Amino acid sequence: MTRPHLSISAVLLALAVSVVPAGAEQLVTSLSNYRVSIASNFAGAELVLFGTVDRDAATVARRGGYDIVVTVIGPRQTVVTWRKERVLAIWVNAESRTFVNAPTYLAVLASRPVETIASPELQRRLQVGLNNILLPQDIAGDVADVVRDDPFRMAFVRLRGEQGLYLERTNAVTFLTPTLFRTAIPLPADAPIGSYEVDVKLFADGVMIARERSAFELYKVGFEQLVANAARHHGFVYGLGTAGLALLVGWLASVVFRRD
Amino acid sequence: MTPVQIYLPIAELPVNVLLIFVMGLAVGFISGMFGIGGGFLMTPLLIFVGIAPAVAVASVTTHIAASSFTGAITYWRRRALDPALALMLLIGGILGTSAGVWLFSLLRAIGQLDLTIGLSYLVLLGTVGSLMVAESARAIIRARQGKPAEIRRGGSHTWIHGLPFKLRFKQSKIYVSTIPVWGIGFFIGFIGAVMGIGGGFLLVPMLIYLLRVPTSIVIGTSMMLTLVTMALATVMHAATNHLVDVVLALILMVGGVTGAQFGARAGQKIRSEQLRLLLGLLVLAVGLRFAFGLVVRPDELFTLRPVEGVT
Repeated sequence: MTRPHLSISAVLLALAVSVVPAGAEQLVTSLSNYRVSIASNFAGAELVLFGTVDRDAATVARRGGYDIVVTVIGPRQTVVTWRKERVLAIWVNAESRTFVNAPTYLAVLASRPVETIASPELQRRLQVGLNNILLPQDIAGDVADVVRDDPFRMAFVRLRGEQGLYLERTNAVTFLTPTLFRTAIPLPADAPIGSYEVDVKLFADGVMIARERSAFELYKVGFEQLVANAARHHGFVYGLGTAGLALLVGWLASVVFRRD
Repeated sequence: MTPVQIYLPIAELPVNVLLIFVMGLAVGFISGMFGIGGGFLMTPLLIFVGIAPAVAVASVTTHIAASSFTGAITYWRRRALDPALALMLLIGGILGTSAGVWLFSLLRAIGQLDLTIGLSYLVLLGTVGSLMVAESARAIIRARQGKPAEIRRGGSHTWIHGLPFKLRFKQSKIYVSTIPVWGIGFFIGFIGAVMGIGGGFLLVPMLIYLLRVPTSIVIGTSMMLTLVTMALATVMHAATNHLVDVVLALILMVGGVTGAQFGARAGQKIRSEQLRLLLGLLVLAVGLRFAFGLVVRPDELFTLRPVEGVT
């Protein structure tokens, strides 16, 4: 799927020719692939993100070095989280919370633990780290996020984590030189299709000094897309076709295995 | 050997083609052996390998449509089915299927679909399985003691035969009210759409014991009804819930119809009461597996259920 060598040289070329105004740091990033296709053999993918911190003679020295937090947010979907309780000896879905437009995929990749990069207040304000990203719930018609240790919120993040869809890795961004960094964005096999936002934040001395956003697209190709589209947008025709296929297979079997 | 993974477009997960195919073969073998559709085994198996219950139910209806069509053609050639009776059952069946698909969508919306599927399997399979085991065990004991098989009194009447709107079904040689016929058709169509089963293992005894349809006609007629209700359930599930996975259904179908041929041959070598005992035990085992899932404290108390549509 990805051809890292080609893309690395492409990034380096892009970095070399970019013209940056004097003064503050500039963040330049590039992804190994902006369109990821899902075919019938899709078993997950890994995108590589490269970036560099552009400085010039006027840029002040940063004694603490740079820190990077990359947040990748997949397509959004409203999800109901149910909790089972025991009712008359059997376990049934008793209580539920609705998470409104929650990301289906959420990855936080950082060069260091986020607590050491920014103050708690700044983490919350900039939504840095899984615990600080807003996951609004529909509470009796009101949409608001809840406390971090809410059992439903914790369960939601944990279950998504088990599916490989939510993750936080605090050593995932590697600095190759003091200003050049790379990270890998892991996409599991059941990552939903759609548009993924990539938000790269540059920190130094506890404050955010630059930010760059980009996006990539995960899409189904060929037969998969045809089937998924047909099922969603032309359900009736799709159903007729499927039922017709069933009759065809049934008829073929009766011909092939005919014994009398 | 590397497992052959294929991405299911509706279930939205990769599965091992060989595993699904072998499951289709195995269930097909059993269904051919006992002359049933096998939905009550296929749907739970798919759920146990991780496919969402809703997708499993909807896709298995397609699989059963295929296997019952094969069966119906065979019985049609032998003239061993009653089209008039099948048509009357169908009137109830179509209404039942529509009601079933409607309830399915409603339960999904309020988060109680999985529980309903589990409970229905437990109650239905537990009851039917116990009855079958008890009945066939008695038959086996009787055969051991050298007594002749119990002869069913033909033409004996129950309250069902007192109902109005009677109709004569020539092929089945019965004269019966259309009310129980419609009722049975409705019931089979309804549970078929909700549980992802053809209902052959329920329909056959109902036709024999309640309507006194001759055994030679029963299986063919039952397959004809199953064929139409399941084909209809496929179309309706696809149109309303968008949950029918054609790739999954195709793998199951091909495995299922192949396995059924071998199962039918194996079935002819076993005595009928032993066959019924085996089937009864199997039905009971699946029912108990569901009981286990409902009663034992689950490892994970929380479940996520996406509300339609990704934006």
